[in-house]
Amino acid sequence: MTLIKTKYKRRSFLKVSAAASGGMILGFNWLAGCKADIEVMKAIPSEWFDINAFLKIGDTGLVTIFSPNPEIGQNIKTSMPMIVAEELDVNWKDVLVEQAGLNTEWYKRQVAGGSQSIRQGWESLRMAGATARKMLVDTAAEEWGIDPGECSVSDGVVNGPEGKSMGYGELAAKAALRDIPEEVELKDPADFKIIGNSKKNVDMDGILTGRPLFGMDYTREGMIHAVVLRPPAFGMELESYNDNDTKNISGVLDVIQFGNKIAVLAENTWSAMKGQKALKAEWKVSGELENTALHDSRLLELLDKKSETPRREDGDVFKGLEEADEIFERTYEAPFLPHSCMEPMNFFADVTDDKAEFVGPIQTPEWTRSRIAELLQREVADIKIDMTRMGGGFGRRLYGDFALEAAEISSISGKPIKLSFSREDDMLAGTYRPASKYRFKAGLKAGKINAYHLVEACVNGQMFDPMPNNYPAGAIPNFRVDSHTLESNITTGAWRAPYANFLAYAEQAFLDELAQHLGKDPVDFRMELFDIARNNPTGENLNYDIDKYVGVINLAKEKSNWGQNLPGVFQGFSAYYSHNTYVAEVAEVVVENDVPVIKKIYCAIDCGIVINPVAALNQVEGGIIDGIGHAMYGNFEFENGQAKQQNFNTYRLIRMNEAPEIETYFVESQNDPTGLGEPTLPPAGGAIANAFAAFSGKRFYKQPFMKYENILG
Amino acid sequence: MANYSIKVNGEIHEVSVHPDTPLIWVLRDNLGLVGTKYGCGVTECGTCTVHIDGIAMRSCTYPISNLGSQTVTTIEGLSKNADHPLQEAWREYDVPQCGYCQSGQIMSAAALLSENKKPTDREIDQAMRGNICRCGTYLRVKKAIKHASKSI
Repeated sequence: MTLIKTKYKRRSFLKVSAAASGGMILGFNWLAGCKADIEVMKAIPSEWFDINAFLKIGDTGLVTIFSPNPEIGQNIKTSMPMIVAEELDVNWKDVLVEQAGLNTEWYKRQVAGGSQSIRQGWESLRMAGATARKMLVDTAAEEWGIDPGECSVSDGVVNGPEGKSMGYGELAAKAALRDIPEEVELKDPADFKIIGNSKKNVDMDGILTGRPLFGMDYTREGMIHAVVLRPPAFGMELESYNDNDTKNISGVLDVIQFGNKIAVLAENTWSAMKGQKALKAEWKVSGELENTALHDSRLLELLDKKSETPRREDGDVFKGLEEADEIFERTYEAPFLPHSCMEPMNFFADVTDDKAEFVGPIQTPEWTRSRIAELLQREVADIKIDMTRMGGGFGRRLYGDFALEAAEISSISGKPIKLSFSREDDMLAGTYRPASKYRFKAGLKAGKINAYHLVEACVNGQMFDPMPNNYPAGAIPNFRVDSHTLESNITTGAWRAPYANFLAYAEQAFLDELAQHLGKDPVDFRMELFDIARNNPTGENLNYDIDKYVGVINLAKEKSNWGQNLPGVFQGFSAYYSHNTYVAEVAEVVVENDVPVIKKIYCAIDCGIVINPVAALNQVEGGIIDGIGHAMYGNFEFENGQAKQQNFNTYRLIRMNEAPEIETYFVESQNDPTGLGEPTLPPAGGAIANAFAAFSGKRFYKQPFMKYENILG
Repeated sequence: MANYSIKVNGEIHEVSVHPDTPLIWVLRDNLGLVGTKYGCGVTECGTCTVHIDGIAMRSCTYPISNLGSQTVTTIEGLSKNADHPLQEAWREYDVPQCGYCQSGQIMSAAALLSENKKPTDREIDQAMRGNICRCGTYLRVKKAIKHASKSI
C-alpha cells in the first residue's frame, strides 16, 4: 500500500451537509428506469450520508458516486467512479453514479479536454475513495474498541476479529461525522478488483431507451425555443433586417437582435427554424472575405519565411543543410475541419433579475461560467451551470460561444430559452481545426541525417509546447523547429488531438518516405533514431520516453507480423506520442474489386493502467476510425469567407462500410493512467498513407486523400 | 397550424402543428419523445431514424401531414422492457461512446433484422451506411447486430 497525505483539495472532503435529500430523489429516479439491475442492488436507502464531495452512502449500503468531469463520450462517467469505488472497496453493483455539478471548491479541473480527465483526476479520485474507506473502518474499530489495523474490508463490509462485521450502510451515519484523516493508504495496483475489469457504461439504459440525457433533450416548464441567424460569412456584419415574414409564422413569439445576430424565439423548434429562414437580413463586408486558395498561398509563403525565434534549436540546422550531400524535402498540407459533433451546439439559459441558470453540453463549465458572468455583469457565484451528457465534443464544446448566446437571448427576452443550432448553423459558425502546412527538410550526409528542419505554418496558432521537443528531436545533431502563424478572421480552436491530428501524419509520412529513400525498413529506421537519442542524445528536454515509445513500436511490429510481406497485403507503419500516451499503428491495405481498401489496423498502446478495458478499447477504435475518416474524406473549404460545405450531404464523414477491422494491444503497466480520447487518432493518417504508398508507390501530401488521389476509387 | 391524430408507440396523440413540421419535432417538442435525435435535417446522418409502418425512415424531413394513419415506432417503443435483442446486444458489447447517434443506429438495425434475420456483413454495411457515428463505434454496432441476429 502507498501511504499518502490527504493534502489535495482538502476542502472537497469537508462534509457538505448531514443528509442530502435532493440526492435521494435523483437516485430514486435513476433506479426507477433501471429495473434490470434493481434486484441485485441493495435496497433504496431512506437516508443518505455525505462522506465527501465525491460520494454519499445510504443506510442500506448503496453508494452514490459523483462523477466530477463532463461526459463527452470518453466514458469517464463510468471510469472516474470506478476509481473511487476501487479505493472505497465496495461492490460495483451497489454503486449509483450521478453527474456532479460545477463546484470548483470541491473538484479539480472539471474540464473535458486534452485527454486529461483520468490522468489528472486519478489521485483525487483514489483519495476520495480511500479517505471514505478509512473513516468507515475507523468507525467500526471504535464501535468494537479495537485497533483499525485489525479490520479488513470486502465489498462494503468491514470485518473485525471474532466474526464481527458491519456494513457501510450501518457505519455511514457515524463515519460522516468523523474528522477527515490526515493520511490514507492507497491500494497496491496488484490488488485492484474494479479497476482493470470491464464495467458497462452507466448511462447505457438511458441511451438504449431514449431517455433525456443530452442538452438537446433538456426542457423546463415555460421554456421557449431559440434559433439564431448569424452572419453568413466571416468578415461580414449585420446591416439591417426585416422580420415581417418571420413574425407572421404561427408559433413565432419574438425576434430580437443582439450584436450581429438575430434570434427567433418560438413555441417550438420547427417554428423557430422556419422563422430563421424567413428573416430577410442585409449584411455588409466588415473584414476580408477569405478563401481556401488564399489560405494555401499565404501559408506556403510563410513556410519560406525565415524565423528569428526557433521553437527548438540544436546545433546549426542551416549549416548542417548546407554541408549535406543531399536535402530531402517534403511539404504536407491540411484543410480546416469542422467538429461535426452529432449533437449540434445548444444550450439552455434562464436569466432573470433573481437568477442565472444554465444547463447544457459544455466541456469547460468553469471557464464558460466566468465568461457568462462577465457578459451579464453578474457575480460568478450567482451563476449556476449544470452539465448534461454531450453528443460529442472533440474540442468544439470547449468554447462556450453557444452558452454565451443563450445567456444573451434569455437576458434580453427575460424568458427561459433553449438555443439550438441546425447542422448548417453548426458548420457555418464553427471553431474549426485550423488549416496548416508543415515542411520537413532532412540534410543527408554519408547515409545519415545530419540536419532536420521542421517549419510549421498554421492559421491562428502554433503547435503547443512541448511539441517541438517531440521525436526525432535528440536523434539529430542539427535540429530546428520553426512556427509561423497566419492571422485569419475565421474562428479556430482545438479539434480532437490539436496540432498532433495533422502533424503526426506529416511527420510519420515524411519519416516513412525518408526511410524508403535511404533504402531502410521504416521501423528499423525509426529504431536507429531512438538508439541515437538514447546513447548519444543531442540537446535536452526531449518530450518522450524512449522505452515506452520503443515498447509500443515493438509490440505493433510483433502483432502485425511486420515485414512478412504477405502477397496482396500492403503494410504501413506509424507511431506517435501525444496526450501522455504512446501509440503505434500498422495499417494493411488490400485490393478488393480493383480498388485498394484499408482492411485492418493493428494498434499497440501504452496508457499506463487501463481503468475500464471495454471502454478503453472503444476509445482506441473510435480514435483510429475518426483519424482515418478525416484523413481520407474531410474536405472543408472556404469561399468568400463562408464555409462551402454546410451539411453532411457535401461534407463526408466515414461510414460503417469504410471502417477497417482493428486489433488492439495494451501494454501491461502499473504506471498511473493517461488519457485515451485522443492519442490513437494522430498516428492513423500516417499509417494508412504509408500503406497506400506500399501498395502504389504513390505518396500523399495533402489531406483529405480522397480529394487528391484517384487511386482510391 | 393544423390538427393531427397520430399513432406513436401504440398510443394515439392529438397535436396541433404546422403541416410541414417534420415528424422529429412533433415527437420531440410535442410528445416529449426525445430519444429520436436531430443530427442534420437532410436525411444524411440517420440519427433521427424511426419506423413508419415498420420501415426505417428519417423523421427529420418527413412532414407530419404525410403520416395519415401510418403507425410510428420510436426507440422508446421498440420494446416494453428495453429487452429487444438489439438493446440486449448493445449492452453486451458496450457499444455507445457519446451515445447520441445510437437510437438511430438501433432503429435502422431493427428494421434490417425484421426484414433479414441473418444479414451478411455486406448487408449490414449496406443497411447501416446511412447512420453516421462520429465517435466511430461502427465495429461494435456491427458486432452487436450480428449478435442480435442470432437470437431473432
